[in-house]
Amino acid sequence: MSQAPIRYTYQGEGISGFDPLAGPHAPSALVALYRSMLRIRRIEEEIERRYREDQMKTPIHLVLGQEATAVGCAAALRETDLVYTSHRTHGAYLAKGGDLKAMLCEMHCRANGCVGSRGGSMHLVDKSVGMAGTSAIVGGAVPIAAGAALAAQLKGEDRVVVVFLGDATTEEGVTSETLNFAALKRIPIVFFCENNFYSVQSPLATRQPARDIRRWAEAHQVPAVCVDGMNVLAVYEATSAAVARGRAGGGPTFIEAPVYRYRAHGGSGDDSASGYRAESERQAWESVDPVVMFGQYLTASGAVDDAAAGEMERAIAGEIADAFAFALASPNPVEQDLYRHVYAD
Amino acid sequence: MPWDEGLVNSLVYDQPDPAEGRVVSYGKAINEALGLALQHDPSVFVLGQGVDDPSAMFGTTRGLQEQFGARRVFDTPLSEEAMMGVSTGAAMNGMRPVYMHNRPDFILLAFNQLVTHAAKFHFMDNGQTTVPLVVWAAIGRGWGSGAQHSQAIHGLLLGVPGLKIVMPSTPHDAKGLLLSAILDNNPVCVFEHRWLMKKDGIVPEGFYRVPIGKAVCRRPGRDLTIVGASHAIELASQAAVQLAKDGIDAEIIDLRTIKPLDEAAILESLHKTGRILVVDTAWMMGGVCAEIGCLVAERGFADLKAPVARVGLPDVPTPAGYTLEQFYYPDAARIASAAVTLMRYGQTARPLPAHSR
Repeated sequence: MSQAPIRYTYQGEGISGFDPLAGPHAPSALVALYRSMLRIRRIEEEIERRYREDQMKTPIHLVLGQEATAVGCAAALRETDLVYTSHRTHGAYLAKGGDLKAMLCEMHCRANGCVGSRGGSMHLVDKSVGMAGTSAIVGGAVPIAAGAALAAQLKGEDRVVVVFLGDATTEEGVTSETLNFAALKRIPIVFFCENNFYSVQSPLATRQPARDIRRWAEAHQVPAVCVDGMNVLAVYEATSAAVARGRAGGGPTFIEAPVYRYRAHGGSGDDSASGYRAESERQAWESVDPVVMFGQYLTASGAVDDAAAGEMERAIAGEIADAFAFALASPNPVEQDLYRHVYAD
Repeated sequence: MPWDEGLVNSLVYDQPDPAEGRVVSYGKAINEALGLALQHDPSVFVLGQGVDDPSAMFGTTRGLQEQFGARRVFDTPLSEEAMMGVSTGAAMNGMRPVYMHNRPDFILLAFNQLVTHAAKFHFMDNGQTTVPLVVWAAIGRGWGSGAQHSQAIHGLLLGVPGLKIVMPSTPHDAKGLLLSAILDNNPVCVFEHRWLMKKDGIVPEGFYRVPIGKAVCRRPGRDLTIVGASHAIELASQAAVQLAKDGIDAEIIDLRTIKPLDEAAILESLHKTGRILVVDTAWMMGGVCAEIGCLVAERGFADLKAPVARVGLPDVPTPAGYTLEQFYYPDAARIASAAVTLMRYGQTARPLPAHSR
């Protein structure tokens, strides 16, 4: 069986024929999706801008270009549903409702960070809103999320668990093991694979044979779909269907969403110029930018006018400025803090 | 009967006095602990390869699935890392899993989840999450399974913050420590020894706990302290009987928990005897022997009348063959010999007792 070579280009349909307002969604809900994406975009841009000042002594993994997956997915969840992620946490944390000030305090290594300066950017957790856990080991969060889903099933709770993973996570043995277990036990979990084609600087073609990741998931008896990761509404609808299946006892779903990481794997700036990928490749993806594309649609359709768009930007900028100021004014941990919470009582 | 079963059946233990109470085997005591935990706490569940098979994990899980159902007592896919992660995730979300392995070697496949995840989350998320997970495994020995089915891995885990490790030596402690482990809000590794499974002892009925982190004196003595856990205590007890005949009065400290270590109990006994011999079922390099040796050098130096001595496994993988095993595993005679050497430190030579090598 021959398989087409891996393509690193956008395969979606952009906004041609794209008319969400004609669908069942209230305009206010669509504007909320846009605002949530825009907010993450602006927060990430500000983190990147300030990162060079060296006040945030934490390894960052920016989600610029991947806002639609976090927002579309989280919008399909209840607060009581749980999200687990990899090291690339910012988008999911913010979309799920994690507190911005606590996030920035964490990134500034402050005592009142969301995890008390024990985690940094890779370990943003806010259990009060269901941002339940992260792992900086590729694949590490996958079985843990399955355990959370098993707990929900055993306790008879009406709860679905989502775990964000990347294309490289499908190469980890534990991910195969977990899909097998999830299908076996029909646990309420959604495996949300953001395929951004690169693991650090290793392209997909050096790591996997040309294959359809959906088929790989389906081989574990987990129903799988592929959805345009640059289209927030498509992500929302695919996740909603998966979550409904989980809630109804139908078991796991695997969602593949091709996206593009505009920046380097870690740190600020793009490292495409180093040669592992073409800058033109990034530029092509930026032409179907999830935030811009959705914003243009809402503006063109009149759901958001210029005044509203300006007010949205101002409010977000104000919130970000306040949160950074709060973080920079927050206290550092003290030595006794180091020894807290090694063991639970 | 397979020869290894015959070997375990041939082990001779002191018979407990039934007048003191109910006599139960070590394996049955574990079975009782699991049953009580499942009965009293709906958040407890038991999983592991073969927990529902006819051999029932040395009998420790016998009847549990029939009594509590396949949702709460279930066999697993051969996916150690995922199942350790699933257990961890369930523990982080209100459950109390008991994940059982009949060979500790297979836990090595799950070290990523145990060491890098389960042991860390409570710290990493600043106390927002607890991980009340029990990882149970039986150390094999002396039945020909060699380098990959017999490893005592507790030494590897000693340096992992966030974990607790218990190693009971008696049926009483096997039940009480397992109940404590299940009720503990941290990941607890429970390492049993296969050669103890058929040992009988006095075991209270119903629920009780043996505290984690507390050692116990099994035999008071004046001349030296022998400290260890699990099956090493059985060997030390046999050695102490022999030593007593030679006029050496050994005190035996059963650690019961090796992490956190009951440092006070070790140092207090050393203060009394002035000599210490550490015994372990695992390698001497980097494990319990090394840690206690360092502890007494750091904090008990003034009490030492002789250098620390240790009896454990040499820095060699476990051989499979019967004869090589005899050279490899310490026995009571080797412990007694080490004790005699310790007692003779600084003295002029005198004849060794006949049982020493």
